[in-house]
Amino acid sequence: MDLSSLIAKLHPFERTVLPVLKKHQDLPSIIEHSRLQEIEVQRALQWLENKDVLKISTDRVKIIILDKNGIHAQLHGLPEQRLLHTLTDQPQSLLQLQQKTNLDIQECNAVIGLLKQQQAIDIEKKDQLYLKLTSTGKNLQKQKSSAELLLAKSFPLPYDSLTKTEQTTVENLRKRKELLHIDEQKNITITLTPLGKQLTTADLGAQVINRLTPGMLKDGSWKTKNFRAYDVEINVPKITAGRKHFDNDALQYIKHIWLDMGFKEMTGNYVQSAFWDLDALFVPQDHPAREMQDTFYLDGKAKLPPLWTKIKDVHETGANTNSKGWQYTFSKEESEKILLRTHTTVLSAQTLAKLKREDLPAKFFAVGKVFRNEALDWKHLFEFYQVDGIVIDPNANLKHLKGYLTRFYKKMGYSKVRMRPAHFPYTEPSLEVDVYHPVKKQWVELGGAGIFRPEVVKPLLGFECPVLAWGQGMGRIIMEYWNITDIRDLYKNDLKQLREAKLWLR
Amino acid sequence: MPTITLNKSVFEQLVGKKLPLEELKDRISMLGTDLERIEGDEIEVEIFPNRPDMLSEQGFARAFSSFIGVKTGLRKYDVKKSGFKVIVDKSVTMRPYTTCAIVKGLRFDDEKIREIMQVQEKLATTHGRNRKKSAYGIYPLESINFPITYIAKDHTQVHFQPLGFEKVIQASLVPETHPKGKTYAHLTQGWKKYPFFIDAKNNVMCMLPFTNSHDTGKVTTKTKDVFVECTGNDLNNIQFALNMITTTLADMGGEIYSLDIVYPDQTITTPNLTPTKMPFDLNYINKWLGLELNEKQAKNLLERMGYGYEKGTALIPAYRADILHQVDIAEDIAIAYGYENFTEEIPNVSTIGEEDPLEKFINVLRELFVGCGCIEVKNYHLLQKEQCNEWLNQTNQGITLKNAVGEHNTLRHSILPSLLKTLSENQHNEYPQHIFETGHIFNLSNSTETGIQETQTLTLAICHDKADFTQIRQHLDLLLTLLGLEIKVKETAHSSFIKGRVADIYIGKEKVGTIGEIHPSVLENWKLMMPVVTFEVNVEALFNAVKR
Repeated sequence: MDLSSLIAKLHPFERTVLPVLKKHQDLPSIIEHSRLQEIEVQRALQWLENKDVLKISTDRVKIIILDKNGIHAQLHGLPEQRLLHTLTDQPQSLLQLQQKTNLDIQECNAVIGLLKQQQAIDIEKKDQLYLKLTSTGKNLQKQKSSAELLLAKSFPLPYDSLTKTEQTTVENLRKRKELLHIDEQKNITITLTPLGKQLTTADLGAQVINRLTPGMLKDGSWKTKNFRAYDVEINVPKITAGRKHFDNDALQYIKHIWLDMGFKEMTGNYVQSAFWDLDALFVPQDHPAREMQDTFYLDGKAKLPPLWTKIKDVHETGANTNSKGWQYTFSKEESEKILLRTHTTVLSAQTLAKLKREDLPAKFFAVGKVFRNEALDWKHLFEFYQVDGIVIDPNANLKHLKGYLTRFYKKMGYSKVRMRPAHFPYTEPSLEVDVYHPVKKQWVELGGAGIFRPEVVKPLLGFECPVLAWGQGMGRIIMEYWNITDIRDLYKNDLKQLREAKLWLR
Repeated sequence: MPTITLNKSVFEQLVGKKLPLEELKDRISMLGTDLERIEGDEIEVEIFPNRPDMLSEQGFARAFSSFIGVKTGLRKYDVKKSGFKVIVDKSVTMRPYTTCAIVKGLRFDDEKIREIMQVQEKLATTHGRNRKKSAYGIYPLESINFPITYIAKDHTQVHFQPLGFEKVIQASLVPETHPKGKTYAHLTQGWKKYPFFIDAKNNVMCMLPFTNSHDTGKVTTKTKDVFVECTGNDLNNIQFALNMITTTLADMGGEIYSLDIVYPDQTITTPNLTPTKMPFDLNYINKWLGLELNEKQAKNLLERMGYGYEKGTALIPAYRADILHQVDIAEDIAIAYGYENFTEEIPNVSTIGEEDPLEKFINVLRELFVGCGCIEVKNYHLLQKEQCNEWLNQTNQGITLKNAVGEHNTLRHSILPSLLKTLSENQHNEYPQHIFETGHIFNLSNSTETGIQETQTLTLAICHDKADFTQIRQHLDLLLTLLGLEIKVKETAHSSFIKGRVADIYIGKEKVGTIGEIHPSVLENWKLMMPVVTFEVNVEALFNAVKR
């Protein structure tokens, strides 16, 4: 960058700081002479360093800082000095000395010990202690101690500027109570680069416009001024936007795939009777999945629709479906239990019960919450989404089922779909649906599918018809898209995560 | 779901063929079982609940061998008459059925004994529904004297030595003291008498549904011949159970003998291993699967699943309990055909897609508040009971579940507690925080099938140091103006809000929501250090008002 375009882009802070740099290289004096705030100077220096105008160097230096007692000693002398200078060759009582020196008894005792060590005093013990100076003491009175000399300096004091002896004195004083301590301080200095030297002597030009204002537009004064050029390549502070929950972005996309493929949406309640959730789907009443540990149950008894006797007959004998049925006695009580729906397939059963012959062929889907009685952990939610679909078509067959699912998963970004045998009480054949993961290079299990048994379809619909059906879990796909490994993070509702979640782009 | 562990070399011997590892894995999962793992010589397979006949190494190998085409078709099992009898006393009303068999010529080692015990346990868990539907026992034949009586007795009058016990005890102690007694005592609630098998010399063989006796009930490596009994409330169920157990023992090298079971009103002979005949319509099956199989192909495929075939009729092996309808035959034909061989097809069927109108409306509301800069959050519909009550300064709210295993045990009556939870967990994040949620709320009602009214609801909460009533009212007004609705806001009293700063929202005469500033004591309950203002509206009521 040549000098003139560099000058054109200078920020007002940089323009103010630059002339100061000719004479001053340390941060405190740059701040003092530029009359800017410290943060403004620091930003200007940072920008200038980025432009290769100067180099900022930061040294860590040890400095000595006086504490409470240190500041007091600086003004009034150290306690031992105060005592020393109060003593004469005539004995004086401890009480007298205390009053004269204004030292408390602990301090007195401490400094008496110190002076005794230096053989500066004689002690007489009568009714109380009497102290007088020795000749060594008199000599000491005449000269300044090393501690006194040190305290006479101005603080804060760089440790490294002291002589070895002075440093030893510091170390000794450090051991005394709240006298002084040593701190590490950052010392910021700058060095101008050759470019910087050129710049500080260059003409920074006339006044530039920082911001275009409505006033300038009104009076036309912008015409005679130059605009400061911005560094348009640097980063700016972040903003956030209102957002839908990312999970809903994905679910909305999934809904639209089914809508595009001609499916109607099914919705319904989360609280259902065991009748609709399980019996209508020919799940035997003693099926292990109905046990308390898998399903959330509620108090009360559901009202059953008139249809229930037909469902009862199918369970008991197969009725008119050419099936043997489960050959047990159907319990109405079991059917009346109230639960949180265990699958959205309950909506498929309710849809079939409402459908008429003239509505066929028909296709339906549901994207909805289902519930499992589980404690929350990184792998399990008690409440999660399932995607269900049914195709009621007199000509439907197993190949169509694979066709619909393959088309759906292609739109979800998976090009290969595999079917494996599985077992569900309401479909025959029953199959597990896997998609091929192009990155992991392995098959991933995403849900179940099949053709509803005649024992399900005939009582609900009133006549026999192949009904293709599937219930798929989307959690894995959604978690993977947002790099979520702990399933609870889907519904953690951390606002930072929600504000910054990347967009669903498929 | 139950799994079985196979020893690879024993399995290969039973199957009659060795497959390369990759093919073995693939074939196992395409048979309709889930391969859990293969490690060294061990293969672990998950068996689906409709195929309890595959819960033994023998049963699984039998199905697998047919599937890969080694030993196909119906297996023949001879049943000879033993001439022995089991007499069922009319007192056994609580578990009225039994089926029994004798299998001779077995060679047990410790491994085989362990295996057969496991098969029995796994069957009782799945097919027997944890012994509720049926339970099974195997006894060394030599210690039994025929005829056996199946009889219910007052358990304080019977004494025997349960399996695993050192001495004879009164039978009434079994439910409290024997490990199996404790596990299954719940099945016998209200029983005044308990069923026992007692042999001709008055030896107690077992107490049901708990345990065998030590004297007659322990199979050892010296045992060659065994007596097998199944008991339960469903004759059909225990016939299948007996068939599964005896065919497994026969596959271990045993010979099956039948017994006469003499009921008060009839006598039946068990086991009956004659295949069941089920006629099927090949056109129906072809149409169901989208295939064009001819009779010969269908016969081959059925034989690969262990069936026999006779002129339009499938001969179903006696151990298959899951064939109720010809669609079950269709599935087995599909499995033999290979799920991987079905091509995908999209039929030319015209239907019109349609989004649920209420869902569509909710989405419009979402877009509106996102446009206002709000963040949508999604909480669970289940909260902790105190979060719906004490923490809101409210009582008797939410619907508590009967059996929740986790701490989330109550269906929320309002979205407000969900939003307060979110705000309280986000105090380290940047303010202002404008959040909203749409979802179901739950209240008791007499007019629904389940006694619970679910309502689609929208709640908005604004939280920052200057959040006030005006600001939340502005958001409500914006919503209603844009929907073209007129509302009235009437001051009310509400324990979750500051007095004089809370109102009900009305459309005409219908109350559709509440708006106000949250009471500081509620904020304190949620450990929130920032004011919150909020409104909650019934989305269904808004939707209906818009439609009018």
